[in-house]
Amino acid sequence: MDAIVAEGLAKVYRSRKSEVRALDGVDLSVARGSVLGLLGPNGAGKTTAVRILATLLKPDAGRATVDGFDVVRQAGQVRSVIGLSGQYAAVDENLTGRENLWLFGRLYQLSSPEATRRASELLEQFDLTDAADRTVKTYSGGMRRRLDLGSALIGRPRLLFLDEPTTGLDPRSRLGMWDVIRSLVREGATLLLTTQYLEEADELADAIAVVDHGKIIARGTADQLKSQVGGERIEVVVHDRTAIARALEVISRDAHSECSVDEHTRRLTVPAGSGAQTLIQIVRDLDEADIAIDDIALRRPTLDDVFLSLTGHAAEERQAEDERELARVGAVPGRPA
Amino acid sequence: MTAATVPASRGGVGKSVRDGLLVGWRNLKRIPRIPELAIFAILQSIMFVLLFAFVFGGAIPVPGGGDYKAFLMPGIFSQTIVFASATTAIGMVDDVNKGIIDRFRSLPMARSAVLTGRTFSDVIYNAGILVVLMLTGFAVGWRVDTGIPSLIGGFTLLLVFAYAMAWLGVWLGLNVPTVEVGQQVIFTTLFPITFISNVFVPPQALPSWLQPVAEWNPTSTLTAALRELWGNPNPAASTSLAAQEPVLVTLGWVVLIIAIFGPLGVRRYRSMSR
Repeated sequence: MDAIVAEGLAKVYRSRKSEVRALDGVDLSVARGSVLGLLGPNGAGKTTAVRILATLLKPDAGRATVDGFDVVRQAGQVRSVIGLSGQYAAVDENLTGRENLWLFGRLYQLSSPEATRRASELLEQFDLTDAADRTVKTYSGGMRRRLDLGSALIGRPRLLFLDEPTTGLDPRSRLGMWDVIRSLVREGATLLLTTQYLEEADELADAIAVVDHGKIIARGTADQLKSQVGGERIEVVVHDRTAIARALEVISRDAHSECSVDEHTRRLTVPAGSGAQTLIQIVRDLDEADIAIDDIALRRPTLDDVFLSLTGHAAEERQAEDERELARVGAVPGRPA
Repeated sequence: MTAATVPASRGGVGKSVRDGLLVGWRNLKRIPRIPELAIFAILQSIMFVLLFAFVFGGAIPVPGGGDYKAFLMPGIFSQTIVFASATTAIGMVDDVNKGIIDRFRSLPMARSAVLTGRTFSDVIYNAGILVVLMLTGFAVGWRVDTGIPSLIGGFTLLLVFAYAMAWLGVWLGLNVPTVEVGQQVIFTTLFPITFISNVFVPPQALPSWLQPVAEWNPTSTLTAALRELWGNPNPAASTSLAAQEPVLVTLGWVVLIIAIFGPLGVRRYRSMSR
């Protein structure tokens, strides 16, 4: 039996003026001891999915079980096997780190000595021992996030939900958080992780489900998704706007592929055919054609590329703008129904 | 793993009480860590004592004689307790917005604990505020003429009333989007409630159409009850039940307020998951 199973989950948020389908028939399954990354932009429905699975929200349709318990009818049992760490650190800033962990441990129904012992362990594990007896108000963003994750782990849950664990963290704290999550995975945790970053899902998840507008639009491993997107890209920024047309001709020919253009930033992007070899060829030919460039780079696909390739629209919510942009460069807007 | 190995409701009543106390402990911890909250709650009440005792007091005669300060102090205690619902509401909306409530709701704890813990800790907090205010009252010349048991009786009545107001605060806190909105709502509703009353002026001084409102106002019945219990000047305006049996009527208000706002608050809290 899979640790997490969801079938046809749907949730609609209604207000007086509008109706938002936050989830529109989502199926998920996470095998025991594995990590599923739920990848998608803001507003895709990732958090709604996590809130339903963690019993904070009732679905309008569909059903889900966590560790075999139904998230609606057996919410109490679900709560005693999960840990939840949210997007914003839900810890009490007027308590110390140690008091937070002790309180959440007690409310997880640990005995007082057990909660005390577990709190010390987690403070140690998350490198918070020095700050343990200061109020959380004095903590940095990264420290709060680590304490929040520690709070989720206090009862040694079999299943862990991490909702955008690194959003808003500086790069160093993000790497620290990744280390912490990796060590949890090594210890055999079952984990559902949401993120906006393909790189993060790539680093941490065994399987990835891409979410957009409340639906799962793709599933697979990071490698499968990336190959679907077509591997690396080459980006060229030409110096002079008038050279764009000539550059487009050179680049398309060298890469044997259609090149997309952003006239505003003078940026041309093309799939990198045979990688570095193609890059060198393009540099030579641009030089020969006497086209000045400001920048050229070989880069890995980003979430934006995945989205562009899967849905025909960019990951950001500026959809109308995106569609105008795409129409101009000749891509086809619109996404699967 | 089967359902039988994970007891869902381990402990029952014991668990509810213990989890409620844990949440209450957490709420009380906040008081020494943000001392400004308690200090300004007390200063605000002291400001009212000073304003009315020394600025307006001279212009407000107490019918049947008696010292205005002795008349005023029970009213100040009532007013403080009515305003205490603001503390509850603001604490509640703050917890919702900071995600603490979500954390609690994801834990296998008693579902009732967040609300019982909140109302319990706010009664303790108000007891502390009242002690400080009573000492201030003694300092400006207020006295209890009827002995220690009456003093304790009045104090208990204030706390029982505070418990009812905490449930009003819970409901309010769960129904406003932000702390700022909460403050606006509270001050526009609670100021008239405490001013159209016998707190600062004897009911006789009000226009006759307003007198019944002022008399049945829970702030007034509480104040009249305290004045009666403590032998402080209590100029009743009429022979209505509210004026004649203020202790009973106040207890009636307590029951009514809890009966209305208790279930409303609980229902609102439960429906947060929808």
